[in-house]
Amino acid sequence: MTDDKDVLRDVWFGRIPTCFTLYQDEITEREADPYYLLLPRISYLTLVTDKVKKHFQKVMRQEDVSEIWFEYEGSPLKWHYPIGLLFDLHASNTALPWNITVHFKNFPEKDLLHCHSKDVIEAHFMACIKEADALKHKSQVINEMQKKDHKQLWMGLQNDKFEQFWAINRKLMEYIPEDSGFRYIPFRIYQATTERPFIQKLFRPVAPGGQLHTLGDLLKEVCPTAITPEDDEKTIQVMIHGIEPMLETPIQWLSEHMSYPDNFLHISIIPRPTD
Amino acid sequence: MAMPSSLLWAVDIFGRVYTLATTGQYWELCKDGQLEFKRVSAVKQCCWGIACDHQVYTYVFSSDVPIRYQEETYENQRWNPVGGFCEKLMPSDRWQWSDVSGLKHQQLDSFTLPSPHWEWESDWYVDENIGGEPTEKGGWTYAIDFPATYTKDKKWNSCVRRRRWIRYRRYKSRDTWAKIISLEDPSQLPDPFNDISIGGWEITDEPAGRLSVWAVSLQGRVWYREDVCHHNPEGSLWSLVATPGEVVQISCGPYDLLWATLWEGQAIVREGIDRNNPHGISWTVVESPGSENGIMHVAVGVNVVWAVTKDRKVWFRRGVNSHNPCGTSWIEMVGEMMMVNVGLNDQVWGIACDDRAIYFRQGVTPSELSGKTWKAIVSGRESDRSQTGSSTSLLSAGCFFSDEVRDQANSIIQSDGDISSDTESPRVPPNHADAPLSGAAISSNENNADSQKEVGAHLAVDSLDSAQEEANSTSSSSEKAGLEKPESSVDQDTHPAELQWTNIDLKEAHKNPVLTSSTFRETSSVSSLGLFPVGIEEPYGTDEHPFWAWVSGGGCLVDLHSPLKWFTIQTGLSSSVQSLSLSITPAQTAAWRKQIFQQLSERTKRELENFRHYEQAVEQSVWVKTGTLQWWRSWKPHKWMDVRVALEQFTGSDGVRDSILFIYYMHHEEKKYIHVFLNEVTILVEVLNDSKHSFALYTPERTKQRWPIRLAAATEQEMHDWLALLSMSCCESRRIQGPPSHHAVWSVTCKGDIFVSEPSPELEAAPHLIPCDQMFWRQIGGHLRLIECNSQGIVWGIGYDHTTWVYTGGYGGGFIQGLASSADNIYMQSDVKCVYIYENQRWNPVTGYSSRGLPTDRYMWSDASGLQECTKVNTKPPSPQWSWVSDWYIDFNVSGGTDREGWQYAADFPASYHGHKTMKDFVRRRRWVSPFPESSNEDAPTARTEEGMDQLQSFAFYGGVPNLFFVLIHLATIKRETGK
Repeated sequence: MTDDKDVLRDVWFGRIPTCFTLYQDEITEREADPYYLLLPRISYLTLVTDKVKKHFQKVMRQEDVSEIWFEYEGSPLKWHYPIGLLFDLHASNTALPWNITVHFKNFPEKDLLHCHSKDVIEAHFMACIKEADALKHKSQVINEMQKKDHKQLWMGLQNDKFEQFWAINRKLMEYIPEDSGFRYIPFRIYQATTERPFIQKLFRPVAPGGQLHTLGDLLKEVCPTAITPEDDEKTIQVMIHGIEPMLETPIQWLSEHMSYPDNFLHISIIPRPTD
Repeated sequence: MAMPSSLLWAVDIFGRVYTLATTGQYWELCKDGQLEFKRVSAVKQCCWGIACDHQVYTYVFSSDVPIRYQEETYENQRWNPVGGFCEKLMPSDRWQWSDVSGLKHQQLDSFTLPSPHWEWESDWYVDENIGGEPTEKGGWTYAIDFPATYTKDKKWNSCVRRRRWIRYRRYKSRDTWAKIISLEDPSQLPDPFNDISIGGWEITDEPAGRLSVWAVSLQGRVWYREDVCHHNPEGSLWSLVATPGEVVQISCGPYDLLWATLWEGQAIVREGIDRNNPHGISWTVVESPGSENGIMHVAVGVNVVWAVTKDRKVWFRRGVNSHNPCGTSWIEMVGEMMMVNVGLNDQVWGIACDDRAIYFRQGVTPSELSGKTWKAIVSGRESDRSQTGSSTSLLSAGCFFSDEVRDQANSIIQSDGDISSDTESPRVPPNHADAPLSGAAISSNENNADSQKEVGAHLAVDSLDSAQEEANSTSSSSEKAGLEKPESSVDQDTHPAELQWTNIDLKEAHKNPVLTSSTFRETSSVSSLGLFPVGIEEPYGTDEHPFWAWVSGGGCLVDLHSPLKWFTIQTGLSSSVQSLSLSITPAQTAAWRKQIFQQLSERTKRELENFRHYEQAVEQSVWVKTGTLQWWRSWKPHKWMDVRVALEQFTGSDGVRDSILFIYYMHHEEKKYIHVFLNEVTILVEVLNDSKHSFALYTPERTKQRWPIRLAAATEQEMHDWLALLSMSCCESRRIQGPPSHHAVWSVTCKGDIFVSEPSPELEAAPHLIPCDQMFWRQIGGHLRLIECNSQGIVWGIGYDHTTWVYTGGYGGGFIQGLASSADNIYMQSDVKCVYIYENQRWNPVTGYSSRGLPTDRYMWSDASGLQECTKVNTKPPSPQWSWVSDWYIDFNVSGGTDREGWQYAADFPASYHGHKTMKDFVRRRRWVSPFPESSNEDAPTARTEEGMDQLQSFAFYGGVPNLFFVLIHLATIKRETGK
């Protein structure tokens, strides 16, 4: 029988095959070949695309290069969302590889945050972890950690080191057994169909009566539109890491096993494809 | 008893015998639990032991094959004309009842059972089968006369006949301890037994199940039990085997290896054991590893010998094989043990000094008989079913479906705590509902749930309390790991009455050994228990983990392919993950879970299968080198620990190659590591001394703490390999290559090693002055006492032997050789350094000047300060690279002058000395000198000139960590003078 730790590995080693193409209007000295890459689902676009950048810069003049950004079918891709989330939200149920367009001009200031260096990503990542721990443990665990532990979390992500990351992250996943779970579940629900960036509310993993809350309970409470009434045909998919967990799945278990490295459960709600 | 797997036997300090199956997770109390034992020695089919009554017992497993023995006797008759065949025989004939030969009178009723452990299967009956064929009536066979050829047919000349009566006896005392009853004359009997060891089953197949049983009596005599085999499990009698001295302990391997220890601390080895002579022929004495600590205990296997010396150190005997049972030399192993035992396949177990836990030696293979590390067996004891009823099921339930059960147990504890009115009870830890944080809590909870006795309540609160102490010292992570730690239940029949007054003792005692999974610590107070703790009243009552006194693995076959479940605390990540999953385990089989697994694998297939040829976005770093080193542990008690070391190199996105050194160590059974980014390393220095090939690694932070990472390799070569690699990696991550630049800052350490640092432009540029502890130093080969450079790249130095040297522009050299050295300009360098010691004497009215000082005086042989004792013998070269050039001689060339014999006089120590004796002088000293050169195999990029020198470095600088500050101060001087 499969072990829960395999879930952690599967989540960590999730890869999305991606084809990067330079935007047609970018000025190049010669034609740029597309660039193919396996992107880690749990990482960030700007963290893993140095090679892409280098590849396209080779065919461009220095003065035409400014900050790189990515777009999929007209939507600028937010680098500060994990790659897996971006894919689930925008490109689930499409043919692979994922076709991403690379831009060096006309940075969409209103849609994207600037990312001038890896430090910005690190700061964002650490901020998420801290927020998550504030929800889970009133920040007690993250505050007890040393600076080097924080660094190790980041280095683990950056260098794709599962063991290195989890050696520290496991502490963030602990809780007092008598509580049966975290204080609140750090989650964010994204909807492809709305303008609102995401839903985030306080939600406890255990009902006052002691029974475990499920994914369904969460959706019912914070995003009722995602729940299809029993009889209706399902028009909506609830995706985490490219899969649709059953609504009966305990939310605490999901939080422990299927959170992104930033310790948040990033849940995408997308329309079910009509064949 | 069926044996689905093999068993490890052990005795706890209360003398209770437990077995642990290779497929099991719990220590099971030996079925016959009435007796208390001090020693056991097991093989597959049985176990021999010495009980607390000093009697020898054997415990034979039941099996499908009965142990039966056929007794036989012959009834003999002669024909006479009157009555035909009758029992009247001629006077010259054999007895009417005899053995087969007719020489021994054997009546039916003369047969008695050899011991109470046998029973008759049936009464005597006539054997009607002769040679497989049924005989005619009554089983008689006929012959002309005794003794002759018997036939089953009666012939005309058949004058005698005989028939065989048989009766089977069966050994009944199986699965129980059977006392070995000696039938010998009591005056011949051995004195009470002290040690026992069984083995030798590989020596010969005949008779089936033959065993060598060796025992040592209290008077130090060695006894061999004759005729132990399958149908005679008790053997027949003890025979004395002469020894060259009084024996304390003995160990017998599966084959012909037999070692014993003498009171004097040597070991003796039996030679000449073979199939014809299982006793062996003679003894050979093997000396202990060190003169001050004799051998206390030996354990032998087929081709291995392990020993424990009186200081509890563990030793492995090198070079033992069937041609050389004595082996060649001792190797010290890590760990301090009370005893060790070698089992099947030469696997090794030991009982650690500090926590009395049983450790299993991991990694013992035919090619690596000494194994790799000790790993604690943390299996709990299954509760004694007859005593505690359902506790076992509770325990397992508590393990796997923890929540409700624990809560229940918990509530009981609290109520009990109230009743007990123990002052400690309000201090029940707030988080004790997740009591799995220690085995203690589990066991006591469970115990309590069962017993409902007030005594139990005392106990529970008490051990909870100690559990809390433990919890405080344990990281929160291990609390979780505790979830899966099945722990012993408390045996309630042990000293419950004592608990009320031993409470405080209990707590005291618990502080130290509470951690069942602890790795080695320095000898603790527990070791004062001594070797033979059985029978001593110990304050450890109903403990969290068993304290073991003896272990025997002679019947325990560890299958390297099927993992043991004895080490139930998983290490590192896996434990945490498993404990995470355990937290909601009732849903292990829930549909949602299955779906997640299934969908994840589908996802991986979908997203990855056709795209494996795509490039990975994140380059995986490369493990450049891994290995085993020792690490000087950075917390108390400081000691060398075996560690795995790995150098991991990766290319950053900016193209710079950087490396991380990982040092993996075990702490409380948990795998942990420290890591160093090599671009932060400021200096790597060799720390040479007699015992270790070690080096130290500094970072700015560690320089501040004055606590470098110290690592030691098994061989000098290995250390140099690591140093060269690390040094190269440091240079690489700082983009330093080739020879030092003209601006380089040069320095020598107090040991004479030469280091250079490349100044960065900011070195002296305000406001970003680089503090000197952040400068990176790399070693250049060679050995000098003083070094000077200028900004043109000219570097000169002076050796300890006053020779001057000039830098040739080469680089590398020394241990760097071959990796990143320049091709030329590397030359041999040698250096000579003098060591001075002082002979001190005081005048007394009777004998004049003599080496008899006042009690307050300095050592009679000392260094110049008099503080350090330095005799000719104990003064050694500082590292293996040095060797003495000449013997000690008296130095007349001392400031202040000497007399003709080299003496200098003074009124007292310490004072000013002069070279002639006056009335006021009561003490005198003279200086002895011995030069030693640096070994000439050190290559250095220096060439030689000539000069002079004055005084010497103190010898004391050599031992420990090199003094970096000395280097840095020295360096400041140079820096000023070079004036870039």
